[in-house]
Amino acid sequence: MRAGFRDSEHLVRLALLFGVGVLLFLGARAVLVPADFGELGHFRTGALDDNRRRPVVHAGRAACAECHDTAAALAGGAHAKVGCEACHGALAAHAADPDAAAPPELEAKGLCVRCHGFNPARPASHPQVDPEAHAEGASCTDCHEAHSPAA
Amino acid sequence: MSVDRRQFLADATKFLLLTGAAGQAWAFVAEGRPQDAPDYDIARHWWAMFIDIEKCIGCGRCVEACKIENDVPDEPFYFRTWVERYYIPARDVTSPRAEDHPKVDSPDGGRHGFPDIYPKEDGSKSFFVPKLCNHCAHSPCVQVCPVGATFESPDGVVLVDKDYCIGCRYCVQACPYGCRFIDPRTNTVDKCSLCYHRITKGLTTACCEVCPTGARQLGDLRNPADPIHELLRTHKVQVLKPNMATGSKVYYNGLDASVR
Repeated sequence: MRAGFRDSEHLVRLALLFGVGVLLFLGARAVLVPADFGELGHFRTGALDDNRRRPVVHAGRAACAECHDTAAALAGGAHAKVGCEACHGALAAHAADPDAAAPPELEAKGLCVRCHGFNPARPASHPQVDPEAHAEGASCTDCHEAHSPAA
Repeated sequence: MSVDRRQFLADATKFLLLTGAAGQAWAFVAEGRPQDAPDYDIARHWWAMFIDIEKCIGCGRCVEACKIENDVPDEPFYFRTWVERYYIPARDVTSPRAEDHPKVDSPDGGRHGFPDIYPKEDGSKSFFVPKLCNHCAHSPCVQVCPVGATFESPDGVVLVDKDYCIGCRYCVQACPYGCRFIDPRTNTVDKCSLCYHRITKGLTTACCEVCPTGARQLGDLRNPADPIHELLRTHKVQVLKPNMATGSKVYYNGLDASVR
């Protein structure tokens, strides 16, 4: 008779099965979990670079100023702190290659009214007009200088 | 000025290391891949945003810019940032607990502005509230993710690992601010990344870039020279749902009690 207590071979079989399960788990884990998982926290470190890799679409006003002398036009005006792309649209493609992508033509009235049309929810200190009564069909730029509106 | 051997070696090592890093960065820029340049030190930033409700005019430029910059699906129910209009009628403004029943609308996220739909009565109260991911320091959405696909980055941005996301939607339910959605093209979750591809290159976020009134300002809490320190010091700020202890890093100036 073998050593140990009665029916001990059941326990041995169970232990072997358990051991195989643990090995399978460790093997699967080594294959499935990326090497850089858990370096900086409970995530894949490479995900930071994945998020960084998206292309930039808005160039930023510093890029505009490299070619366009915007400082003089905007100086002292009410629009001095407004970013170029707030009105002119996303232009990183134009900044990368000025010949390849031209900035779109702007439609002054709709553009101005987006910010300056009257809306009671706007702060009272923000200049607003009722576009119909104010302009009587004229274009905003007939009277106002878009880059440096005095009033 | 005398330079001893130890000092010279230390300076020389620093010089070599620094020029090495710059040279490495330039190699990527020259190849047209500036985004891969390794000059961003993740340990030296802790990003936050300051939003001044008293400056927001509800023009929706931020919503439009965000959609373009981050390739957000065009349909009017997918937003990484959006603007809400709150309206409290005159009879409610002075009533007790007026903040319980504000009327809130956000047509297409405010992307095309807000139609003037409310009566022009005196005594009502209305204002705009721009919303985005609050980039919580203790994010409920991160806690519930079963696979580690969403996480708080070491520089304080809550990001999504699209390769890892299984689209289970737990985080969509967990976010108390409603800032997450499932991208119908990939069936993975999407949310504001605080323009991580821009801020790690020294640019500001797309929404801050186009905000005409400066109502939104990106700030780096770990950079002592950043104006956000002065803004937080000189304004009475509040975060959304402070009782939930999410550690929100989007600070609002002029936040009304009715805002949820």
